[in-house]
Amino acid sequence: MSDNRVTVAKTYKLYVGGAFPRSESGRSYQVTDHKGGFLANAAQASRKDARDAVSAARKAFPGWSGATAYNRGQVLYRVAELMEGRREQFVAEVAGAEGVAIKRAQSIVDAAIDRWVWYAGWTDKIATVLGAANPVAGPYFCFTVPEPTGVVAVLAPQDSSLLGLVSVLAPVIATGSTCVVVSSQERPLPAITLSEVLATSDVPGGVVNMLTGRTTELAPWLASHADVNALDLTGSPDSLRADLERAASGTVKRVLRAGGDQDWARQPDIGRLRAYLEAKTVWHPMGV
Amino acid sequence: MDKVWDYAPAPESRDIANLKPSYRMFVDGQFVEGSGEPLKSINPGTEEVLAEVSTASGADVDKAVKAARRAYDRVWGKMPGAERAKYIFRIARLMQERGRELAVLESLDNGKPIKESRDVDVPTAASHFFYHAGWADKLGYAGLGPDPRPLGVAGQVIPWNFPLLMAAWKIAPALACGNTVVLKPAETTPLTALVLAEICQQADLPPGVVNILPGAGDVGAAVVNHPDVNKVAFTGSTEVGKIIQSSLAGTGKKLTLELGGKAANIVFDDAPLDQAVEGIVNGIFFNQGHVCCAGSRLLVQESIAEELLEKLRYRVSTLRVGDPLDKNTDIGAINSAEQLARIRELTEAGDAEGADRWTSSCPLPDKGFYFAPTVFSNVHQAMRIVREEIFGPVLSVLTFRTPDEAVAKANNTPYGLSAGIWTDKGSRILWMAQRLRAGVVWANTFNRFDPTAPFGGYQESGFGREGGRAGLEGYLNV
Amino acid sequence: MAAPSTTSSAETTGTPASGPLPPALADAVRDDASLRRFLHGLPGVDQVGVEQRAAGLATRSIKKAAKLWAIDTAIGMVDLTTLEGADTEGKVRSLAAKARRPDPDRPDVPHVAAVCVYPDLVATAVAELVGTGVGVASVATAFPSGRSNRQVKLIDTDMAVQAGASEVDMVIDRGAFLSGRYGQVFEEIQAIKAACGDAHLKVILETGELATYDNVRRASWLALLAGGDFIKTSTGKVSPAATLPVTHVMLQAVHDWHESTGELRGVKPAGGIRTTKDAVRYLVAVNEVAGPQWLTPTLFRFGASSLLNDLLMQRRTQLEGHYSGPDYVTVD
Repeated sequence: MSDNRVTVAKTYKLYVGGAFPRSESGRSYQVTDHKGGFLANAAQASRKDARDAVSAARKAFPGWSGATAYNRGQVLYRVAELMEGRREQFVAEVAGAEGVAIKRAQSIVDAAIDRWVWYAGWTDKIATVLGAANPVAGPYFCFTVPEPTGVVAVLAPQDSSLLGLVSVLAPVIATGSTCVVVSSQERPLPAITLSEVLATSDVPGGVVNMLTGRTTELAPWLASHADVNALDLTGSPDSLRADLERAASGTVKRVLRAGGDQDWARQPDIGRLRAYLEAKTVWHPMGV
Repeated sequence: MDKVWDYAPAPESRDIANLKPSYRMFVDGQFVEGSGEPLKSINPGTEEVLAEVSTASGADVDKAVKAARRAYDRVWGKMPGAERAKYIFRIARLMQERGRELAVLESLDNGKPIKESRDVDVPTAASHFFYHAGWADKLGYAGLGPDPRPLGVAGQVIPWNFPLLMAAWKIAPALACGNTVVLKPAETTPLTALVLAEICQQADLPPGVVNILPGAGDVGAAVVNHPDVNKVAFTGSTEVGKIIQSSLAGTGKKLTLELGGKAANIVFDDAPLDQAVEGIVNGIFFNQGHVCCAGSRLLVQESIAEELLEKLRYRVSTLRVGDPLDKNTDIGAINSAEQLARIRELTEAGDAEGADRWTSSCPLPDKGFYFAPTVFSNVHQAMRIVREEIFGPVLSVLTFRTPDEAVAKANNTPYGLSAGIWTDKGSRILWMAQRLRAGVVWANTFNRFDPTAPFGGYQESGFGREGGRAGLEGYLNV
Repeated sequence: MAAPSTTSSAETTGTPASGPLPPALADAVRDDASLRRFLHGLPGVDQVGVEQRAAGLATRSIKKAAKLWAIDTAIGMVDLTTLEGADTEGKVRSLAAKARRPDPDRPDVPHVAAVCVYPDLVATAVAELVGTGVGVASVATAFPSGRSNRQVKLIDTDMAVQAGASEVDMVIDRGAFLSGRYGQVFEEIQAIKAACGDAHLKVILETGELATYDNVRRASWLALLAGGDFIKTSTGKVSPAATLPVTHVMLQAVHDWHESTGELRGVKPAGGIRTTKDAVRYLVAVNEVAGPQWLTPTLFRFGASSLLNDLLMQRRTQLEGHYSGPDYVTVD
């Protein structure tokens, strides 16, 4: 192969409803590496893109929440498999985005892949751990099952472009919710590549919708959107958090107030799974 | 219906309530005069003034929160769970011992029939303390980590529909988890919570662990917005819930909300019809329909709609409306003139929008706030009586043809607190239960409550659960 | 408050209104298969629900005048019963005397509805009660098990009727019912009904052997379709006998029967009802489940032996203002 071959540059687009559209606004913004060097143009999503993403997530919710936990587990595990196949690409993108050495980037990517595996294993166990047979004082069988909240708007961590993203995304979809994710604003490329992985995996279109662009522009629309059931503030700038919470109160959204400055390499607990689960209690009399 | 046999009045004696002419707020283990404007609690069954109750001012709220903080820091927060448990068990026992007194007082203050306060409210309230007491030294087994910690001071605001029971739902888990409490009972129903305060005193609960501040909405706002409150729990309207959630934005206070509902009670053609009728009646007329999880929308399969409605009307016509203290009263008084006005306004909207109103011909007392059981048929989804929470003895009847249609109609509301399913087909129950977006699903029963069974809503009916293991989460730092 | 309608005595019990059935019901009895479809198409009964409703109604508090009315009404509804192998003519005569005048000190006490005996003692009872307004009921059809052939049951019935019984309390063939041979049970009730002539037929379902409330409802409808004037819970020989929830289901059946046919049929709980408190609870159920028009001996009876004395004692307590004792009522 000739050394002076012109490389084919990748176009980074949004991921909505299983497709890769440009922003309806036609806007894009420059993404640079940690030294300020040009990496790519990313689509700059608009409020209408956010709206479309919510519709897609809502549309996907019945199918995804209705899938068996075993099925969701396999789908999540498949994401890990596909990421493994694209490991080198992720390593390069993480290294570019986060300015870490290749070795560090490798361990980050490995941790991200392992995180999918960890959450894949949870899909068919969380109901056992959080559900209950309630010993009520009467002739009833009464049980409580966790159920997915619905459509979750996720503001992904700004710094941890891949591991942080996977850490906030996987627990949402593991239990059957669908989501609209606003990726790290300055480091969106691993998120787009992850979207490509999701698109070629078995995750149904619309279950994950990935928006790149300005967090401060998109977040208020998602926080106030009446068809969004929960909001993850992880990647929100501090200055915006209270406003977003206020906006979320308009339709009584569940708000996860986690901060973005976490050690994402640490083994998570089930807090994030719990955050997007409703408890449904069902009663039935026992008689003949 | 012919009156062949009139049941003679069988009133419970109001002396049992030990009603006092005045009640004071409870702060730091003492009953003290509040510096707010005193309120008069009315007996909604007769419109007579029951007692004068002192209310809290902003400064009183601050005092109460400080007392709660002190109690948390010095005593309650570090007390071993096994010791906390014994105090809570004591409270449960004292509530049982003073059960009749609490029941009569509750009926006087709230207007609910004595048979409900006696057989439901008070025993269930006591059972909540009994249940949660046992958790106090077992929190490590709750699945929330090996050593979950309390949050600190819990500010709690409760409604008037189940005054004592809601106080129990709030206080029991808070104490079990090691928090201290500042609770504001509803403006119209403060009395039983203050007797509960007396019980806390009798149980030697350390001063400041439970503080009860009567007052109106401004007191509630001061409690939830106090900067030294770590946890807020609210039961009430969705409207106020949104205001609270909004006002807590950015504060980091943990919040649980149990808000309104507009539950669908869905009856299939293969349902055990007579018990379905009972369930419908219990679903909407229990506690005069002042129930957030009331089955206010009846969805009945078209093929049996006529038969079911006929049975329902007959059954509703046997309901006895009247003196809350009469042991034979099925439906007592509407809690306040204001609530009665709201029920009237909404039912008039039902008339105006063209629904067919049927009202039981039962006699109503001359004095007091009463509203006869009412059923609207020929109703459609867009009507206000179908969309808005009426919080009164008013049922709207819709029909459906297929299970999918039933699910779609049931879920077509921003609320999601409860739902009912009536069918003899087991697989259909589970299919429906899975699809209904509601925190509690009653199948072939309705309005059952138990401290072991988590209760709470989806969507605009709130978040967080009360009861069961899930109910502990809202009071622990997890 | 109306006076207790004890004047409508056993002789005028019910109206065996056997007009043509409405089309849906006529279709139900066309053949065995239709009958099965109909009975299994009846709405189910949820055990917990019906028991809760019964327990809820049992908390009604009946005091003062309402209680006194209930006591007199209940006395007028008693089928004073003796069904022992050791029964004698003397015992039946003494029972009949008590039936006519339950409280000799208080002539205002209404007489009971009927005396209920085995067929061989019918003649004795009739001789004592003719013209008193107190009916004579006889159990029949191989009581209590019902395990005999059709001819024996018919002869049993005929014997009672010939001896002057104004009411016949038959038992259904539970074996046939439980094995799903509804047609057989239906025909048998019809045949007995025919053999009763003018006597009124109470059909004993023996609910204690039917196992489920669904079966109680089906058996109730089956008996009503076949022409029973009354449906009765139990023989008194099987435990459990009458219970409140079972009676609820049966009261609901006669209520529904009335809704669909316009005919009034009666209900008789029997066995295990011993106290005034129990009786009042049953009357509350009659009032609120079937409806107030069932509050008459023509449509509701208590099959009981010891209940009457408790009613009499409670009646004295109500009127005299102090508690009474068993020595102040006659023991038979």
